[in-house]
Amino acid sequence: METISKQYKSKKETDQEKYERIEAMIEEYREKEGSLIQILHMAQEIYGYLPVELQQFIARKLDKPLSEVYGVTTFYSFLSTKPRGEYTIRVCMGTACYVRGGKKIIERLKEVLDIDVGETTADGKFTLEVTRCIGACGLAPAITINDRVYKQVNPDKLKDILKTYY
Amino acid sequence: MVNLTINNKKICAAEEMTILEAAKQNNILIPHFCSMEGIHQIGSCRICVVEVEGEKTLQASCKIRVKEGMVVYTNTEKVKKARKLLYELMLSDHPKDCLNCTRNQNCEFQRLGEIIQVSESRFEGEKSKPDRDDSSPSIVRDTAKCILCRRCVTVCNDVQEIGVLNVQKRGFHSFVGPAAGLPLNSVNCTYCGQCINVCPVGALQEKDSTQMVWNALYDRNKRVIVQTAPSVRVSLGEEFGYEPGTVVTGKMVTALRDIGFNDVFDTSFGADLTVLEESHELLKRIKNSFLAKQAALPMITSCSPGWIKYFEHVFPERLEHLSTCKSPHMMLGALIKTYYADKIKVNPKDIFVVSVMPCTAKKFEITRPELKNNGFPNVDAVLTTRELARMIKEAGIDFRNLEEGEFDTPLGISAGAGNLFGAAGGVAEAVLRTVYRTVTGRELQPGMVHIRSIKGQEHIKALEVKIENTVEEYRFIDGETLKVAAASGMKGMKAFMEQLEDGTSPYHFIEVMGCPGGCINGGGQPRPSNEYVRKKRMEAVHSIDRGKALRGSHENPAIAKLYEEFLAEPLGKKSGELLHTKYTKRGIYNELI
Repeated sequence: METISKQYKSKKETDQEKYERIEAMIEEYREKEGSLIQILHMAQEIYGYLPVELQQFIARKLDKPLSEVYGVTTFYSFLSTKPRGEYTIRVCMGTACYVRGGKKIIERLKEVLDIDVGETTADGKFTLEVTRCIGACGLAPAITINDRVYKQVNPDKLKDILKTYY
Repeated sequence: MVNLTINNKKICAAEEMTILEAAKQNNILIPHFCSMEGIHQIGSCRICVVEVEGEKTLQASCKIRVKEGMVVYTNTEKVKKARKLLYELMLSDHPKDCLNCTRNQNCEFQRLGEIIQVSESRFEGEKSKPDRDDSSPSIVRDTAKCILCRRCVTVCNDVQEIGVLNVQKRGFHSFVGPAAGLPLNSVNCTYCGQCINVCPVGALQEKDSTQMVWNALYDRNKRVIVQTAPSVRVSLGEEFGYEPGTVVTGKMVTALRDIGFNDVFDTSFGADLTVLEESHELLKRIKNSFLAKQAALPMITSCSPGWIKYFEHVFPERLEHLSTCKSPHMMLGALIKTYYADKIKVNPKDIFVVSVMPCTAKKFEITRPELKNNGFPNVDAVLTTRELARMIKEAGIDFRNLEEGEFDTPLGISAGAGNLFGAAGGVAEAVLRTVYRTVTGRELQPGMVHIRSIKGQEHIKALEVKIENTVEEYRFIDGETLKVAAASGMKGMKAFMEQLEDGTSPYHFIEVMGCPGGCINGGGQPRPSNEYVRKKRMEAVHSIDRGKALRGSHENPAIAKLYEEFLAEPLGKKSGELLHTKYTKRGIYNELI
């Protein structure tokens, strides 16, 4: 999946170009059974989020009812129907991270970014989300910012981490 | 066949059976809830769990197939405790307003509680956010009552292949509904009501029209005229304890008079009229196609309002294939407010027409702006079979001990053909009878119709009739074979109708009923409506047809008189005004395009 999404990646493209990329990606995956989640995942990566219009486009291309596509989108917290910031911060709340202070990280991030979970900062830089286990239990507590994983995060060091994104 | 034991009883069952089915066959009833007979089951409720020796956890008997040597216990302490716990958990997020719920005493959830003897409700907590959607004229969705069994999801997606209903969101926040929180009137719902038929609770129901009808009946200045669809008389009895398939025409007519309706007419008369108009429309199209090489063939039936809405959404560019005939009850409504109003010297504004239908989509149909004449809607209210039963009970009528009544004349006289509209394939057969008679001057005999199933599409029947020795006017089709298809249920229709797009359809005429099995299984019919019940109702419709001295609609003397006195001829000027309609292009969000 990584290679596919990279392969289609380019900067500053128009909505129409994004839709074309999504369409090409759907063509590649449509025959594979159970590909809907995969397609939504990549469409989100291309478009940034999954507005209803885009889901409708995907539903039509896959010849699936919109209610099914929307059901999947709203099931997975990873998929978002609202615009996101440039960077999505996901705080792991799997058992290990939870036990080792995931909650404190969330509280601190809410304070620093001045937003609630699920919201995006006014400058459109960060979106804050909670996620279930990301499989990095040995590195707990962990957070991810876009594709990058931060291990054993100290709440007091959060500001320093965020600074690197400005 | 495999051998297994259930509750120490040795039994033998077919390999493809589930534990639940094998147990039932051997008179062991495992309480179950979300499972659906004959179709794919999601297995979400877990009420049917049993102990299987060798398995660590309890198993859902509706999903697990029998195996050689399997040892099953359905009634151990562990099983019973689990069942009750599951029930109590479901109950904890249910409104428990049973006493003022329309499903009271007819609710599968209530009955289940009695079967498994739940006497407490230990869990109280947050309730799901209620979301009542009464945006459509046909169906009311009340998520507060929904217990997420997903039967409606199966019906909407797998049986009807519409896909309006699906589970949205997750966990405690999950609910069944259309995408993006859209109301039912803003999506491509056909209003077929099959979801209502399988809903075990009151989460999906028809929009109530009984109060509106009572109000009309209370109004002394209104002449309230009722008509009943052919399929209502074969199912209404079930609401009063009769065996499925019992024909209760006479008692139904008497009950309607006792409720206070001034005239009781038969939609089968409207169906006979539809046959006449539709047969001539078909012949006109065939003639145009033979002589001028341009006509929209195949012609597709327009009696089923669920099917019509489906077609408008899916094939908005092919509407010319639909017959322009109004559905039978709309035709009859139009005549009541013109032809009959004249006869009884009543101003049509003082007439209130009620149709008792097996259907929820009919409630939407009467709101179509094009189905009006002289400013009056053809029909003012539609009651489902279930609603009529509720009114009969409310009026304190002892249905089982009623005398047999007869429909009023002249709009209550019908031939066998009109009555056939109640079952899938009926319209095709009725139209064939009249077309054959018109073209050859002879009556169609049963052996002349060659019926076969289409490979891979077993739910669609193909009917063929060889046309020979025609009357002079139809010499151009002498020796031709008339090809007709009859389908019911929306499943597979998209692929079947794609032949319209490329012009490869071999048929002249296609009947489609929106509900599987036709109106006898409509979304307004008594619950439950399983395979056995459908078969019995179907047989009853055919027995009514066989019992009629007049088989073909063209033999109906009241129809002949109507043409003589009022309409003049099929497809004539008056017919065009009163009996024919047009259709609307619709998008996927029910927007007009």
